[in-house]
Amino acid sequence: MAVGGSFDTFPKLLARNAAQFSGRPAFRHKDLGIWQTWTWAKVAEIVRAYAAGLHRLGLQPGDTIAIVGSNRPKLYWTLMAAQVLRAIPVPVYSDAVADELAYVLAQADVKFVAAQDQEQVDKVFSVSGRVPHLHKVVYDEPRGLDDYDHDRLIAIRDVIEDGRAALAASAALGRQIDEFIRQGEGSDISIILYTSGTTGASKGVMLSARGCIDAATDTVRFDSLTDKDVALAYLPLAWVGDHYLNYAQGIVAGFCMACPESGETIEQDRREIGPTFYFAPPRGFEAMLTRVMIRMEDAAAIKRRMFSYFLGIARRYGESILTGKPVPLSGRLLYALGRLMVYEPLKNVLGLSRVRVAYTAGEAIGPDLFAFYRSIGLNLKQLYGQTEAFLYVTCQPDGEIYSDTVGPAAPNVDIRIAETGEVQFRSPGMFVGYFKDQAKTAEAMTSDGYVKTGDAGFFDEKTGHLKIIDRAKDVGRLADGTMFAPKYLENKLKFFPNIKEAVVYGDSRDFVCAFLNIDPVAVANWAERNNIAYGSYQELAGHPLVYDMVAKDVAEVNRSLAEGKVLAGAQIRRFLILHKELDADDGELTRTQKVRRGFIAERYAPLVTALYDGSHEADISTEVTFEDGRKGVIAARVRIRDLQTIGAREPLGKAA
Amino acid sequence: MRMPDTSEILLLVQGVSLAFGGVKALRDVSFDIRKGEIRAIIGPNGAGKTSMLNVINGFYHPNHGAITFKGQTRAQMQPFEASRGGIARTFQNVALFRGMSALDNIMAGRTLRMRRGLFLQMLRYGPALAEEIEHRHRVEEIIDFLEIEAIRKVPVARLPYGLQKRVELGRALAMEPDLLLLDEPMAGMNLEEKEDMSRFIVDVNNHYGTTIALIEHDMAVVMDLSHRVAVLDHGVKIADGTPDEVKKNQGVIDAYLGVAH
Repeated sequence: MAVGGSFDTFPKLLARNAAQFSGRPAFRHKDLGIWQTWTWAKVAEIVRAYAAGLHRLGLQPGDTIAIVGSNRPKLYWTLMAAQVLRAIPVPVYSDAVADELAYVLAQADVKFVAAQDQEQVDKVFSVSGRVPHLHKVVYDEPRGLDDYDHDRLIAIRDVIEDGRAALAASAALGRQIDEFIRQGEGSDISIILYTSGTTGASKGVMLSARGCIDAATDTVRFDSLTDKDVALAYLPLAWVGDHYLNYAQGIVAGFCMACPESGETIEQDRREIGPTFYFAPPRGFEAMLTRVMIRMEDAAAIKRRMFSYFLGIARRYGESILTGKPVPLSGRLLYALGRLMVYEPLKNVLGLSRVRVAYTAGEAIGPDLFAFYRSIGLNLKQLYGQTEAFLYVTCQPDGEIYSDTVGPAAPNVDIRIAETGEVQFRSPGMFVGYFKDQAKTAEAMTSDGYVKTGDAGFFDEKTGHLKIIDRAKDVGRLADGTMFAPKYLENKLKFFPNIKEAVVYGDSRDFVCAFLNIDPVAVANWAERNNIAYGSYQELAGHPLVYDMVAKDVAEVNRSLAEGKVLAGAQIRRFLILHKELDADDGELTRTQKVRRGFIAERYAPLVTALYDGSHEADISTEVTFEDGRKGVIAARVRIRDLQTIGAREPLGKAA
Repeated sequence: MRMPDTSEILLLVQGVSLAFGGVKALRDVSFDIRKGEIRAIIGPNGAGKTSMLNVINGFYHPNHGAITFKGQTRAQMQPFEASRGGIARTFQNVALFRGMSALDNIMAGRTLRMRRGLFLQMLRYGPALAEEIEHRHRVEEIIDFLEIEAIRKVPVARLPYGLQKRVELGRALAMEPDLLLLDEPMAGMNLEEKEDMSRFIVDVNNHYGTTIALIEHDMAVVMDLSHRVAVLDHGVKIADGTPDEVKKNQGVIDAYLGVAH
């Protein structure tokens, strides 16, 4: 046994940490402008007092306690104190609206709620009528709560004080708490994490203590995390990522969880703390890079030139140096100079100087974005996982990093690809079941005990790594049976800076076609540099030179598809550039900017027909909604471009 | 809303008149502000609201009348006497040190409470250092209270207007005043900023027990926030009472909607 050792519950591990890492920092939190630190020994003492206080308020083994708020030490301690009492913590997204909150609180039968502040307390009380078992609400920040009726409301600080006093007064209570910890078993439900509910009502994923600790032990060893590491705990408490990466790994490895001062100060706090382990979704890394690039635009010419020169050096040698491949001496020297002049100062500004291991996950990351961070020496890797697995299904080992795969199976995880293309797995951390939902649990499992992810994927032949292509239900087949993954293609297209949106069709068709939106900023910039005159977006989108440029990008996508066997048959044969931008106001995108493929196909039916009947242009008129809500009609003649497919094993031309 | 516990009068204005040449800004205005309440002064443009505020904190000296603050009556007061006496204010057009950070601006509000000499403060030595730490602690509490941690070190000139207003409120709070005068705290704000500011005003009143007198155009805000409202029109007080009483007052309705004379 390893880092987690023979410890099968978090309270036992906490006691170990208090003994083994007693003086090392366990939590930091910036309060009143100063970083406050709590050591493992101090945290263990506080959690014990807190548990005693909660016990005196009536929290029993098996009861559920909801936690609503942002990353604050007292809320993490609520998790720990509940686990000491063998009660089950249920973190809830702090931005959940009242209805969502009511649903989770009621479904989880919560008896206690730990709320961050007045806002969350108000929300809980506004729905308390729908939460029949609600007994007490404890809160962290007292501001604005002075005048509230304190019958059912009590400050966490007071609960801890009360527990501490009671422990001092009665040795029997102390023995009782110790007994709870001793009785705790690996099979206890350690936490219930509610899925975000993008696919129907959210479900409570039950995870066992043993499972959580085993899974975290594996990855802590995989990335060699120790008590010297620091993580910035800024991800939503209710998300599996935070519970795994920060809480579970933090307790298993004994590293320090640093809680930001507030949601808006994360960048500043990251710079001050200098985490060594870092996670952000691709969006987060993209936003960081965009801010850097915008600021570089305003920099003096000489700095701009230095920046772009050394980024070029980084692109050429950075990845090889990071993975330890041979690099010519001149390259090494230039890269070293680049580190001094650009890369290290840049990482310092971003607060990434000390990062040893960084992960991203959640959606596909653009290859350029991924390569950028790796080239400046940030060990950014991808993982693939889900709540039901307690996060990790796959992750990339150091030295085997590719932007388009999510890596081989994580330690002790079995993965297989079902007949349908769906990824299925068995893992140490896999869930016990959905809370109070036997039917859904059965649905999510195979008869031989694998969990169905609902994602389609395949193992890349070259690397043996898993590639996730799409949600399994969105994966279709061409008329000849070739697998067709629309989102995978669309993502590949969208990674080109000239292409803003893409919608591909092909399910039950003879071949694949695409609607594209050009990126007005990038393409307008290009047009200006190349002296191309245009009067409107529509004119720019229809320009033959723009078509030529975009055709190269699409051909590039086809080339990369041809490299793999699985999707080689699903290359894009014809495409067109839409005369207007897809817009959420017209119902073409969801509010989260995802394309609504079916709706778009209906709205632009003449164009879809034209793509498949071989014509070279088509007329379309659509109603549009302007920013002020007025409606108008845009009519256009849209050209269609044919493409050669590459390296196809059999002639695909038969249908055309 | 909770009504103040006492009816002790903190500030009493009696028969104040103020004229600039031939323009009579205030004519025989009398009202009081009770300890712990939120008191609003409203009125149409040019009614004399800001003049009234300026008289209270000693910026203008009334031609007639007297002001009693904390039991002391005087015909006129200097602004520094007002601030030493415990009156702090914010301005209609934000008046901050634009090049200084939010933190330094709020710290400036502590100046009157600093006991150590300039020389020791410059050296940051011994007692001066201890004192600065104490002041900084109070300032950080205010930053936390107003939720402006993220802009602590940002020069205020770079902040959006709504946040500048919040920093200005912070500076006034740093004085730990007995009476806080707010001159149109919500002017030029969007709905969300107004809601935030209203919440802060109520919280200040609740949490610190600070007496607040505010001038405001936005009627909805005033009626929600205040315990009592005084209405001025053309320099004359035409109504005074709880928001409900004032809303029903015919004179007020006429002043706001206009009547044919």
